[in-house]
Amino acid sequence: MAELDTLSSPGRRPALGPIRLSAVLAQPHRIVMLLVALVGLVLIIRLMDWAWLPGYLPKLGEGLMMTLAMLVSSVFFGFLIALPLGLVQVGGAWPFRWLATGFCTIIRGTPLLLQMWLFYYGLGAVFAQFPEIRGSWAWDYLRQAWPYGFVALTLSFAAYEGEVMRGAFAGVPRGELEAAEAFGMSRWQIFRRIWFPRAVHRALPTLTGEIILQLKSTPLVATIAVTDLYAVITQVRQATYLTYEPLLFLVAVYLCLSAVLILTLRWVENRVPTER
Amino acid sequence: MTTVFDFSLLAYDPPGWGRVLLVGFWHSLQLAAGGYFLGVVIGILGAAGKLYGGKVVRDLLEVYTMVIRAVPELVLILLFYYVGTDLLSRASAALGFGRVDIDGLTAGIMVIGLVQGAYATEVFRGAIRAVPFGQIEAARAFGMPGALVMRRVTLPAMLPHALPGMANLWMIATKDTALLAVIGFSELTLAARQAAGATRAYLLFFLTAGALYLALTLISNVIFKRVERRARRGLVSARQA
Repeated sequence: MAELDTLSSPGRRPALGPIRLSAVLAQPHRIVMLLVALVGLVLIIRLMDWAWLPGYLPKLGEGLMMTLAMLVSSVFFGFLIALPLGLVQVGGAWPFRWLATGFCTIIRGTPLLLQMWLFYYGLGAVFAQFPEIRGSWAWDYLRQAWPYGFVALTLSFAAYEGEVMRGAFAGVPRGELEAAEAFGMSRWQIFRRIWFPRAVHRALPTLTGEIILQLKSTPLVATIAVTDLYAVITQVRQATYLTYEPLLFLVAVYLCLSAVLILTLRWVENRVPTER
Repeated sequence: MTTVFDFSLLAYDPPGWGRVLLVGFWHSLQLAAGGYFLGVVIGILGAAGKLYGGKVVRDLLEVYTMVIRAVPELVLILLFYYVGTDLLSRASAALGFGRVDIDGLTAGIMVIGLVQGAYATEVFRGAIRAVPFGQIEAARAFGMPGALVMRRVTLPAMLPHALPGMANLWMIATKDTALLAVIGFSELTLAARQAAGATRAYLLFFLTAGALYLALTLISNVIFKRVERRARRGLVSARQA
């Protein structure tokens, strides 16, 4: 259970592997708790109604794919936007700095749900008014829901990660940059060889936490009619009139997703060499 | 569509929707404040349990914070909302009170409080650990019982360390209130959507609601900065990264 500690303290990396598992089982009260949890699980499986599950598995799979696609694409593109956002806030000319700070403040200061509805209903209605847009190739995409969800998620990730990158760029020790300058490197070389890699390195530990937060934001796309995992579960609930079973299943899936993500990201993180 | 924004739609009296938005905003504020307060209480208890509790308490709290932080708030809100109202009405039926209907506000505060509590537990645990142990030890040496040590020494001494995290949690609380729109509680986001749906002026109402949220965030930011500066007075600056 302590595996998931990274969520709160992204900088700290507890040891991973068999040592931890044996430590979990070494204490008798944990064995009892594990047994209680197992009995609870068995009771949930035996006493509740899971007859709907096999029939919905293909749909659930599609929903899961949509959730993962949203997560991966928004993290990737969001990070690409976050880099310049962080950079200009540290070393940019004032109009850029001002714009980037404003963007981060606005996105971080309003709920993602509201942003999503603003894009989908607000911009969607505006786009629909222009015959030029309706006639263009882009309309095929603009009348679907997922581009709006993708844009909202990407901008949100960019704003939060941009703030992290700002700190990371600002936190690179001056001496290292001065040393590079003393070697006669050009500004671009300093950026490419020292400033950028060092900043990404510093930002890496917090990235895990941000990506988990992003995973937790993805179900909001269901409110604008994108059929992700959450939307499929909503369909199940409406079709079967079951309250708890689909929701519990959803909780279990997200727990597994978070755990897999954390373990994968920690593996990646451990491959990046750090002093100490 | 001659003008882009018809600001008369925002008038306070009907046919304007200003009143609806403000009532929604007031609901959001109540939700955020109530949920935040509940979260802080849960957080202090949870942190004390994680630091000073027995093994079983510690592990249970670990499971609580882990589950809350790994599952989307939207899902938790749905689950807590249905489970909570269902359990309560069943309990009161079993006790012979008949069905009770929990109003959306109470249920919302409970739900946001439970979610906030998990994050607050971590914030306070970190803050309490930042208090030099000698201070707590000294209080114990004076013969103070645990609760008194907590009230007189630990809580006031950890406050400066907890404030940045608490400010962050308040921002999350205000934004999480929007999620209650999904279960049909008419806070600001849902009010804006209803107004927008009725008038077809989507951009106008969503932007107005966004401005209200943003104003709340910015004002709270200023207040938290002030409080933090006051709480940190006399403290050697520890933020030398």
